[in-house]
Amino acid sequence: MRKTLIATLCALGLQAGLPAQSWAAADQQFIPLPTYRVGPYASSGIPWWAGTLDYLRYVNEVEGGVNGVKLVWQECETEWSVDRTVECYERHKNGLDGAPVAFFITHSTPASYALMERGHADRIPLLDPAGGRTESTDGSVFPYAFPLLLTYYGQASVGINYIAQREGGFDKLKGKKIATVYHDSPYGRETQAAIELLAKKYGFENIQIPVAHPGNEQSAQWRQVRQEKPDWVFLRTWGVSTPVAIKTAARFGYPVERIIGDVWAGSEADVLPAGAAAKGYQALAPFPGGADFEIHKRLKEHILDQGKSDLKDPSFFGKVYYNIGLVNAAIMVETLRAGQARFGNRALNGEEGRWALEHLKVDEARLKEIGFDGLLQPLELSCADHEGGGAARVQQWDGEKWVLVTDWIQADRETLRPLIDAKSTAYAAEKGITPRDCRAEG
Amino acid sequence: MNVFLETLIGGLLAGTMYSLVAIGFVLIYKASGVFNFAQGAMLLFAALTFVSLREQGVPTVLALLLTVLVMIVGALLIERTVLRPLVNRSQITLFMATLGLSFIIEGLAQGLMGAQVRALDLGIEDVPLFFGEIMVSQFDLVAAGTAVALVILLALLFNKTRIGISLRAVADDTRAALSIGINLNRIWQIVWAVAGIVGLVAGLLWGARQGVQFSLSLVVLKALPVLIIGGFTSIGGAIVGGLIVGAAENLAEAYLGPLIGGGITPWFAYFLALVFLYIRPAGLFGERTIERV
Amino acid sequence: MTTSIPSIAAAYDEAPVTLLRRRRLLLLGGLLALAFALPPLLGSDYWLNAILIPFLVLSLAGLGLNLLTGYTGQTSVGAAGFMAVGAFATYGLLLRVPGLPLPLALLGGGLIAAAVGWLFGIPSARIKGFYLMVTTLAAQFFLEWVFAKFPWFYNHASSGTISAPRLELFGYNLATPAGRYLLALSCVVLLTWVAHNLVRSQIGRNWMAIRDMDTAAAVIGIPVERYKRQAFAVSSFYLGIAGALWAFAYLGTASAGSFDINRSFQILFIIIIGGMGSIAGNFLGAAFISLLPIFLNHAGQWLSGGHVDTGQLQNLQKVIFGALIIWFLVKEPEGLIRLLRNLAERLRRWPLRF
Repeated sequence: MRKTLIATLCALGLQAGLPAQSWAAADQQFIPLPTYRVGPYASSGIPWWAGTLDYLRYVNEVEGGVNGVKLVWQECETEWSVDRTVECYERHKNGLDGAPVAFFITHSTPASYALMERGHADRIPLLDPAGGRTESTDGSVFPYAFPLLLTYYGQASVGINYIAQREGGFDKLKGKKIATVYHDSPYGRETQAAIELLAKKYGFENIQIPVAHPGNEQSAQWRQVRQEKPDWVFLRTWGVSTPVAIKTAARFGYPVERIIGDVWAGSEADVLPAGAAAKGYQALAPFPGGADFEIHKRLKEHILDQGKSDLKDPSFFGKVYYNIGLVNAAIMVETLRAGQARFGNRALNGEEGRWALEHLKVDEARLKEIGFDGLLQPLELSCADHEGGGAARVQQWDGEKWVLVTDWIQADRETLRPLIDAKSTAYAAEKGITPRDCRAEG
Repeated sequence: MNVFLETLIGGLLAGTMYSLVAIGFVLIYKASGVFNFAQGAMLLFAALTFVSLREQGVPTVLALLLTVLVMIVGALLIERTVLRPLVNRSQITLFMATLGLSFIIEGLAQGLMGAQVRALDLGIEDVPLFFGEIMVSQFDLVAAGTAVALVILLALLFNKTRIGISLRAVADDTRAALSIGINLNRIWQIVWAVAGIVGLVAGLLWGARQGVQFSLSLVVLKALPVLIIGGFTSIGGAIVGGLIVGAAENLAEAYLGPLIGGGITPWFAYFLALVFLYIRPAGLFGERTIERV
Repeated sequence: MTTSIPSIAAAYDEAPVTLLRRRRLLLLGGLLALAFALPPLLGSDYWLNAILIPFLVLSLAGLGLNLLTGYTGQTSVGAAGFMAVGAFATYGLLLRVPGLPLPLALLGGGLIAAAVGWLFGIPSARIKGFYLMVTTLAAQFFLEWVFAKFPWFYNHASSGTISAPRLELFGYNLATPAGRYLLALSCVVLLTWVAHNLVRSQIGRNWMAIRDMDTAAAVIGIPVERYKRQAFAVSSFYLGIAGALWAFAYLGTASAGSFDINRSFQILFIIIIGGMGSIAGNFLGAAFISLLPIFLNHAGQWLSGGHVDTGQLQNLQKVIFGALIIWFLVKEPEGLIRLLRNLAERLRRWPLRF
């Protein structure tokens, strides 16, 4: 028994250092995928990477790769922990057997923070759609960080804009009470500055109510909501705290139609456990749920019906987290395409990946072409703007599925930009970075 | 005043939910001196098994029975593979073994039954009830009733049955119990099985509230201060401890929270427990130990 | 089984008055030289960045906890809380005291962590066993909350994250992977040496007397309460420095979430697997803990050519991990270090057997 164990330990020591078995070649594009298919957030991770892998497979097998360049990928399981993501990044940053890395999707805001300086040093762009470090929108200070689609500030702004729309105009916001019930973590607190600014601008009363992690008991918070009687509640919870919030709101008699969930509180996993209490709940959706988009038809024909899907449970097809995976994969593929348009049809490295991202332009016509119309918003990034979109739709839970109730609602990005600039300038000062001149970038 | 009263009542009721989890700990600690950290994982496993069976189309009653059966088999396995080899080891060693056990159970639960969040509808209407000005949650009332019923049932089991009496004998003095021919291994099996069933009840109620998913195993952390306040060895203490923690937590979040920035629930209960410990180092109802050199 | 004979040999090895034998000293020296000369020998940064640095820091954290749990017998599940104190204190010192050299900032961070540890050690006078363990949980949650709640601690940075200030020593830039590795290695070597001597001193013997039976220790005149608090302080000092290194030498950034309860458990597992009451055991335990997940991940990819269901692999890993812990507790309560000693013992007498 002991001998076996010792032998195992030796083997373990040897194995860990060896590079993984190769199945890549130099003319292929390598995509490292830090995943979380187990652990506390597995319920979102499993459909997420099913979506990503299905689309990548579709591109490889049906379209023959990106302009002929095949994609290869490798997963590392992180359980959403920062240090495991860092390990994954280090393991894969130099590519796989000659197949280079063009970008690294962090999939978690804390990991985006942790990798910020490494990405800069190694010249590998870090992508974190609808997450990430808000001020890295300013590409002059953060050349290698991309909080694509919709930053946290943008999320707050879209939420307020939607409320204004429902109230019948921004002037109607005056004197209204909007409570933000948030997960008491950096993620939850991130929007505070933005909402404060918007509250001043529009004259609504801003109430902030924290929910401690993990948030499985929230009577105190919702009793406070009941006493304050806010007109709207902006729900910025995450994980188990979302269904508990919806249920507790019902218990305290707060109407669910008046609760607007944030991006990360708007999937099936957030509302199903709440049962009937969630019917009528609305949430922001930069990646809406539903299986009726054009891309789903294509995937169904070429991937799902061929038995090539990564989904073990086909009922997850078209669920919010599956679609997040699709959107992420589409951004990857479109970025590669943008880069290839300039550097030729070959695999790209990190520096070329950054150029591609800063010149990424996905317009309506292109969205129609790739089948993402309505699922992904038009994107246009530049050196000064690493967000590129800044819009979300709103979807409502009808008890069985998400129903889209609006078209894309644009965040008030001009109002919030000074906040972002102030933060990025402070960061540049702290780290001694000289911002590059974005006007000089071609 | 109404707000205060409502917070207090709501807190007391929420506290019984903690008690439900704490009772499982007390049972095992009483009989085998093991601080069972795997109780949370057991709770998750039980609830997941039940929900998965229901998803397969098994009728509710049958699913419940099958889950109970699974928990009993699990208890037998744990006794055989973990507890028996570790008999006579220090309490800390046994505690660490249960940490390992919780990893195994969590891994198995997710590996066998998947990680997606599942809804669990127990058919309890979750609407506010009003008594005059004061609002009470119906779900909380049901949970509290369940806890009380469970305690009565356990009290009957301990005081009126042969198994219960030998169990108390083991808890009192293991060596003396052994010498009069009580089968210790059998007692442990029974206690772990009962703790598993208590875990099922707690898992169902918590699962109905937040969905059956991985974070269900985190409710353990809420139960620990309850244990400290009530003492590790008293089921009544677990109930009283739960009430105290629930009420104090809700009142503190409502009145103290705004002063220091809110979100204080994760540690407030622990601090309360510390204060209690300073006054009574073995909890309110715990047995004082006499040390001999 | 061969349990009785090696345990006698081990007792002889560890007897406080025995000096290190020359051969072991040579071996140790060789190992150290290799450790310091390693960075240029390794082709890529991967080993340094992703394996060696976290391994060193986790070893140090394990050492800190081992002083408290393995040597003094006070079980703590709040280790990560004290690591957080060290990380945030070091950050604060570097930020707010201009011109403070890095070693002094680390020392200061460690001392502040020690003070906090001393404070949370006060209840140990009256509270014992599991009850005490829960008070360390209180420390864990409270400290985590403090560092997430009050922006002063993280200099009002967005998202409550602190990032490494410039790592410099005498004008030499330590921000490179090799520099960070050498920084961690130096700290670990120095502190291990201190700990090694500490446990063989009067203090260490008193700690062990308290661990074996505190009532008896009190009877023979050891001021038990003071030594328990002292153990908390020393342990937290080590953990604090480990926390600072974790934040700055390894991740380059940290938030309260980097030091959550799971980290505490991880460190507890290091000392269980490595060996309670052993200095070298921490290194074995840390190596095991940091290599096992990576190994399983690699093995999975390798066995299946990249098409493995990583989710199931992880679940399997959890089960294996839990089973190993129980296996160790049942078969080898003294951990990996005992396995290694037995192996060495056997090699020495090879091909004869006991």
